[in-house]
Amino acid sequence: MTSLSDPHTTGADPALSRRQSRFWTKFRRSTSGLLGSGIVIFFVVVALLAPVLPVPGPAETDWSAVRKAPSAAHPFGTDEIGRDVLSRMIWGAQASLLAGVVSVLIAVALGVPLGILAGYCKGWTDAVISRVTEALLAAPFLILAIALAAFLGPSLRNAMIAIGLSAMPIFIRLARGQTLAVMTEDYVEGGRAVGTGHFGMITRYVLPNTFPPILVQATLTIATAIIAEASLSFLGLGQQPPAPSWGSMLNIAKNFLEQAPWMALYPGIGIFLVVLGFNLLGDGLRDALDPRET
Amino acid sequence: MFGFLTLRFLIAIPTIILISIFVFSLQHLLPGDPILVMAGEERDPEVIAALREKYRLNDPLPVQYMAWARAALQGDLGISLRTQQPVLELIAEKLPVTIQLAVMALVIAMLIGIPAGVLAAYKKGTWIDWLANLVALSGLSVPNFWLGIMLILLVSVRLGWLPASGYQPLSEDPLQSIKTMLMPAFVLGTAIAATLMRHTRSAMLSVLKADYIRTARAKGLPERTVLFVHALRNAMIPVVTVTTLIFGELLAGAVLTEQIFTIPGFGKLVVDAVFNRDYAVVQGIVLCTGIAFILMNIVADMAYRILNPRLRDG
Repeated sequence: MTSLSDPHTTGADPALSRRQSRFWTKFRRSTSGLLGSGIVIFFVVVALLAPVLPVPGPAETDWSAVRKAPSAAHPFGTDEIGRDVLSRMIWGAQASLLAGVVSVLIAVALGVPLGILAGYCKGWTDAVISRVTEALLAAPFLILAIALAAFLGPSLRNAMIAIGLSAMPIFIRLARGQTLAVMTEDYVEGGRAVGTGHFGMITRYVLPNTFPPILVQATLTIATAIIAEASLSFLGLGQQPPAPSWGSMLNIAKNFLEQAPWMALYPGIGIFLVVLGFNLLGDGLRDALDPRET
Repeated sequence: MFGFLTLRFLIAIPTIILISIFVFSLQHLLPGDPILVMAGEERDPEVIAALREKYRLNDPLPVQYMAWARAALQGDLGISLRTQQPVLELIAEKLPVTIQLAVMALVIAMLIGIPAGVLAAYKKGTWIDWLANLVALSGLSVPNFWLGIMLILLVSVRLGWLPASGYQPLSEDPLQSIKTMLMPAFVLGTAIAATLMRHTRSAMLSVLKADYIRTARAKGLPERTVLFVHALRNAMIPVVTVTTLIFGELLAGAVLTEQIFTIPGFGKLVVDAVFNRDYAVVQGIVLCTGIAFILMNIVADMAYRILNPRLRDG
């Protein structure tokens, strides 16, 4: 977010600093925002602390404890080759969060500049970018991601690229719309009148004002990306064994439903909670950033 | 309306061309030379040269694309490597299964989502609204393949109420067909119900503030009439539009649902094609879904114009 002490920004849009303080006040009052933040922070901390937590290694097998029900030794039970499900859940959180964040970063890094370019330049540039966006939006998100992952080859890295590219059109469209709206504002006219160059116009006026909706969309897209990564891994197109991922854990678990239902229960709860966390956080951010909400 | 439709179709043409370029270029993302894979282990130079000629790989890319696009326009999307059937025939064969699943899912989603949205809007700010929102958000957050697995465990394995997998064509045994599709349709419908609930709630909230609703209440009409006859009918305009646009979500959801419940539909065809490296089928499916999605967009625009008298008369 733009610094409050930035003389250009404060000079350009004094309403921005007021909006920032209003945002924090509203966000602190938002139950969904706080609950979502809590869930997300919990999973991020768990994923980061994975190497130091007192659990067996995620690939460590124990043939004397194959498909054991949850117990004190293995709180979430063990899988079909005696690996600790809790440990694989913790390490799987890393893969899920990494996939969610990296794929959205890819989508934002490619989509936002293209969207701003379309909205700023208008004319042919806008027409071409908009048509390409429409074409990409026409293929359903997951089918596009599956097709890309299939052609790129199955791996977590390629799954992230596939999800990122599939999510990119949403950000192009959003950034374009925001840029078009910002360009009609009086302060932009003022900036142009004092001779601000294209780069200055974009960094001082367009970017700070397109940031809030992009932040909300990015948070909600992380939720979608986590489900997409889990779906691709479930289909065998994401994280490859023996590396843990919640989706691939579910893929194996479906073969042992009767004998070891816990193998399917916990990874699903993990995906559900982390996705719910990002959805709640996105809702909270949207409410706090919406100028119509008081 | 005719002028509007012509314009919408004309605008759709460049988009369809771009989709076809994208689909065509997918095969160039493949690591390595596909011809070497097709030529087998012997890699006879003559066979390689013949295959290159057959697939026009010696031609420049634009020429290759034009040949591919010309064939696609005539309905030739290639031959499936696995089944040796034309891709379009394969898609047409699997599509009715997925359409049945999608229609049943949509009915379930509407039966849950719309009343829940109306109730949440009517009881805005109460615990009912809060609960409906939480359930909707949970519906959006549950991975449908996990919900499917859990339902199989509970409903099929533990309770034995419904079959865990399989498919019975509707034309052969309608009752059994509906029974086998019920659980997959519920799984697919859950996330859609959540989306519909949120849209219905938001549309109802803005309609309930309108002057004509105040007038209806002032006339002394029963609350149920105000809610379902006056408010819901108007709130349905954006909801109908959203419902037509949900098509993409249904198709994507069907990929995983069909995989879990072993339903031989469109979604399972994609996954099987991916694992069998049947790239012509994957390309055909992306092209067909893209074009179908554009057509559904046009249907959504038309529905919006038909339902909204202000746009219809304009």
